[in-house]
Amino acid sequence: MLVAPVLAELARRGRLTVYSQDDPGFPDGLAAVDDGGLEVSWHHSVETVPTLLRVEGGREVARAVGWERGEWEALAGAGGLGAGLPAWRPGCGSRSVEPEVAAELAVRFGAGRLQARRVALAPAEDEHEALYERGWTDGLPVVPPTERRVLAMLEGTARRPEEIVAEVPPDLVPCSVEKVAVNAVMAGCKPEYLPVVLAALEAACTGEFNAHGLLATTMAAGPVVVVNGPIRRRIGMNAGRNVFGQGSRANLTIGRALQLVIRNVGGGRPGEVDRATHGNPGKLSFCFAEDEEGSPWEPLSVDLGAQRGEDTVTLFPGEAPRTVLDQLSRDPESLARSFAACLRAMHHPKLALIFDCILAVSPEHARVFREAGWSKARLRERLHELLQLPGSELVRGAGGIAEGMPEQLAASTIPKFRQGGILIVHCGGGAGLFSAIIAGWANGEIGSRPVLRRIRS
Amino acid sequence: MSRVVLDPTSERSLPVRARLPRLASLEGVCVGLLDISKPRGDVFLGRLEERLRERGARVVRFRKPTFTKPAPVDLRQEIAVHCGAVVEALAD
Repeated sequence: MLVAPVLAELARRGRLTVYSQDDPGFPDGLAAVDDGGLEVSWHHSVETVPTLLRVEGGREVARAVGWERGEWEALAGAGGLGAGLPAWRPGCGSRSVEPEVAAELAVRFGAGRLQARRVALAPAEDEHEALYERGWTDGLPVVPPTERRVLAMLEGTARRPEEIVAEVPPDLVPCSVEKVAVNAVMAGCKPEYLPVVLAALEAACTGEFNAHGLLATTMAAGPVVVVNGPIRRRIGMNAGRNVFGQGSRANLTIGRALQLVIRNVGGGRPGEVDRATHGNPGKLSFCFAEDEEGSPWEPLSVDLGAQRGEDTVTLFPGEAPRTVLDQLSRDPESLARSFAACLRAMHHPKLALIFDCILAVSPEHARVFREAGWSKARLRERLHELLQLPGSELVRGAGGIAEGMPEQLAASTIPKFRQGGILIVHCGGGAGLFSAIIAGWANGEIGSRPVLRRIRS
Repeated sequence: MSRVVLDPTSERSLPVRARLPRLASLEGVCVGLLDISKPRGDVFLGRLEERLRERGARVVRFRKPTFTKPAPVDLRQEIAVHCGAVVEALAD
């Protein structure tokens, strides 16, 4: 090793302890401490050998990584070190950061900080069957949450494992970052998705979002997660083709992790507090990113008060997407009228003001508005104008249909949506003159409001 | 070799409380009727109130602010203090 003569010099001049990751007999005469188990290296986060630490009063006060003569001299308070050596060499990777070794060390030295109960599976048990039988899955197999996987997941956030993220309904259980990580592992998340899951859970567990009611409702809706900001691309989320469909690990597992936390930590299970008549496939997972780069408009997060460029999640109580097909409109008025006609039928053509919606506009539909210079605000205003409905058509009994608005509204004009009740998101692609409507659940004070949360690292 | 996984649940075991004994009679009993604020719940509870009064019960009406959220703690406490029985009514 290049610096062996330097170590001998330092040992002669003062107190030096040498730790060896492989051969404590080297260098001769220095009586190196055997760190073959890498405990000291791991606990001091040594990434390179050699690394020189200056320790005062039992605490590290400085370190030099690799060999750089001036740095070593300054740190050791000694001149003329390694006279015959080159001025700089980068050193080698520490054994403690070799990928396989690092993961083992994280378990050996880090598992003690995990507080969750350990469950030993019997040798003859199939692990997937075992997790299913314990009631921990959503009906699909999950990734077994081993200590190693959960510790790796926790590397995805700077938040401490014991930090409480939210009180999760319906049982209102304080939920730690660690428990979220356990469920994120099960959902199939990568560690870099964890901050999104944490933010989604925070948003879902607010009183405004009312995840309890959304879980308990007989309606089909569940939590829908919309992600904005640069993190979408960093973690590989899909905002384009098949945006609501299969194939994107980030989209699918983030939404699934949120639902698994509500099931496992909050105690919200179908047939128990979850009383949905039909539910919808998105209750397994419904999470997607907005295509901000291709959009003619500001993203949803900006509409809801965030700055462009901030990483956010928006929780919306929604059901499965429904296509709006319009392949002939080439002017914005015609296309807006198509949107309005389809939106009017949402949930029931005779019900108004009770539900919000997400209108997911595809790139080819958005192009019509871009080329005509329509802002998002203009489209939204036009939709509200087109959706002012005559009370006489909506009241109970009108059209031979018992369902409808209260009879005293017969002489009124009733908007289909409350102000702010149409959330417009740009996503999907590449080709296709289709947009989509995600119908909401009971809105506002009586039910749920869309909730935005900033994503923290 | 046994494999170890971490428990993903809250690790809580819910206490099971025994039900109160069934009332022998409604005579003189204060029965709370909790309207969960769904449409026409008042119609159903109104009829129930008539029938309960016929049986000699006293009836007190309560109302949740919204059917989508659990009843506020204060409301639950008030019902528990005043009533010997309660009917929580769904509607639609």
